[in-house]
Amino acid sequence: MKERSIGNRIFNTINVIVLTILALATLYPFWEVLVSSISSYEGYLATDYHILPTEVDLTAYKYIFRMEGLWSSYGVTIFITVVGTLINMLLTITTGYVLSKEDLKGTKIIMFLIVFTMLFSGGLIPSYMVVKNLGIMNTVWALIMPTAISTYNLIIMKNFFMSIPKSIEESAIIDGCTDIGVLFKIVIPLSMPAIATISLFYAVYHWNDYFQAVLYITNREKWPLQLFLRSMLFENEASSMSGGDDPYLLGTPIKMAAVMVALIPIISTYPFFQKYFVKGVMIGSVKG
Amino acid sequence: MNGLTTVKKKSSKTKSNRSLLAYIWFHRYLYLLLVPGIIYYIIFHYIPMYGATIAFKDFNIMKGIIGSPWAGFKHFEYLFSLNKFFQVFKNTIIISLMRLVCGFPAPIIVALLLNELSKMKFKKVIQTVVYLPHFISWVIFGGMLVTILSAETGIVNMIIVALGGEPIGFLTDPEYFRWTLVWTAIYKWFGWNTVIYMAALSGVDTQLYEAAVIDGANRWQRIWHITLPCIKGTIVVLLILRIGNLMQAGFEQIYVLYNPAVYRVSDILDTYVYRLGLSEGKFSLATAIGLFKSVINFVLLISANKIARMMEQPGIY
Repeated sequence: MKERSIGNRIFNTINVIVLTILALATLYPFWEVLVSSISSYEGYLATDYHILPTEVDLTAYKYIFRMEGLWSSYGVTIFITVVGTLINMLLTITTGYVLSKEDLKGTKIIMFLIVFTMLFSGGLIPSYMVVKNLGIMNTVWALIMPTAISTYNLIIMKNFFMSIPKSIEESAIIDGCTDIGVLFKIVIPLSMPAIATISLFYAVYHWNDYFQAVLYITNREKWPLQLFLRSMLFENEASSMSGGDDPYLLGTPIKMAAVMVALIPIISTYPFFQKYFVKGVMIGSVKG
Repeated sequence: MNGLTTVKKKSSKTKSNRSLLAYIWFHRYLYLLLVPGIIYYIIFHYIPMYGATIAFKDFNIMKGIIGSPWAGFKHFEYLFSLNKFFQVFKNTIIISLMRLVCGFPAPIIVALLLNELSKMKFKKVIQTVVYLPHFISWVIFGGMLVTILSAETGIVNMIIVALGGEPIGFLTDPEYFRWTLVWTAIYKWFGWNTVIYMAALSGVDTQLYEAAVIDGANRWQRIWHITLPCIKGTIVVLLILRIGNLMQAGFEQIYVLYNPAVYRVSDILDTYVYRLGLSEGKFSLATAIGLFKSVINFVLLISANKIARMMEQPGIY
């Protein structure tokens, strides 16, 4: 169904140009971060456009790796990403599995009460007080427990479970499998694409989250990576006043090297995203 | 599903109670699996909803939520008398509406443009690239923005100067700051939403297009009569969700990007609640604002959904 009129050709060309510019504009900041991070401080200041590095200089990275707080905040973030995602998945799978059985008594009302939390919330301060009263302020659990289930992901999971043919589960029950056995031996292996997608959603959330940390982590030593970065990128005018006359503290190459260090792990999950997540979006669009 | 549904049909009350217990016992493993999830929702969602009652109390940390004396609508009355509150409320609505009006059509347009491409490979590359910023935290993205929008060294201002303009203080000039917030948010989000529309478009039957070509429909007619109607449901659902989030002007973004020079135009309800509650310890007042926000969100979402249903569109529930 190709048409070869001039109007169409012009449209196609403009379309390709517009979309290419859009893609380049999206990529540009990433490129500039990379180029700046491998420039020397003097080299960075000497050039106007940071499209190509004048010379490759890794001083900024050496500085970052020695910086106090980087590795400990990295550790916190890795912990909440790994443990947080495991807990997320455990709860999302078990809750989603039971709720997918719509003829089980009570699941409808529970589902309603869960969806209601998407529509209405007590707000920031009451949630803060719950975390405070649980005594988990300034611990990693304050970053894990309040977000143990995302209702949106729960619904995606539930819808996926509902799409598995009932007859497979029924035959397993006839063969003497318990409900828990069915879940672990049959339903979970059949749901790997959805589980992979939702795990990635959760992991990316934990890696990037700083809102919860702003609320619940006041102790500098317990900061996750994003808070460490925030103070480096946005507060270093203040810290440079107390930190002496090290010119590097304000240097863009160092800031950008820090961004790269936080960026690389998340970018490396990108190929996996590519594989699974369009599928995940489609699962989510199934109405339930 | 496993024969037990027949057990439940009983007439007498004691018998039905017993059979309900038997029913639960028979499905005990399933109910057991539900327990952790229910505990989570009670602790982290329903207890805070109860905790929101401190908006109607004079909250005192020592006395706790239950022990604090009731104060009626005192905090709300005080709030509505504050100029600051109105300014913050106005900022929230302005920023949100700007984001909605400018940002909502963007991914639809990009999805339509992508859909018109005939080279699959190019389409895939563009699609892959544009949703990249979605996976970056606002801290990191903010760091990138500060660099590219800087008045002295940022590429955007260099281009403006090269074209003969004056450098713009995107992040420091109150006149431009809201636009900066709006367009950078769109910049970060449009790709992700484009993919959602693309997923909806991938379900469109290509025979429809072939038939339309045979009938002599041109490109615009095909977009108007086939492509758009096919993603109408997705558009409506996303629009309802956006309207339900109108009070959410983007805490994470603003908290990273704002600075004293632009507080006046960018202080929103969330940042105000955060400062009042957590920095100044005015828990009741801050909770009152939070509750005010939740109620408005709730009403907006319900109304948008209702309107969508009246127009015979699928709502979100």
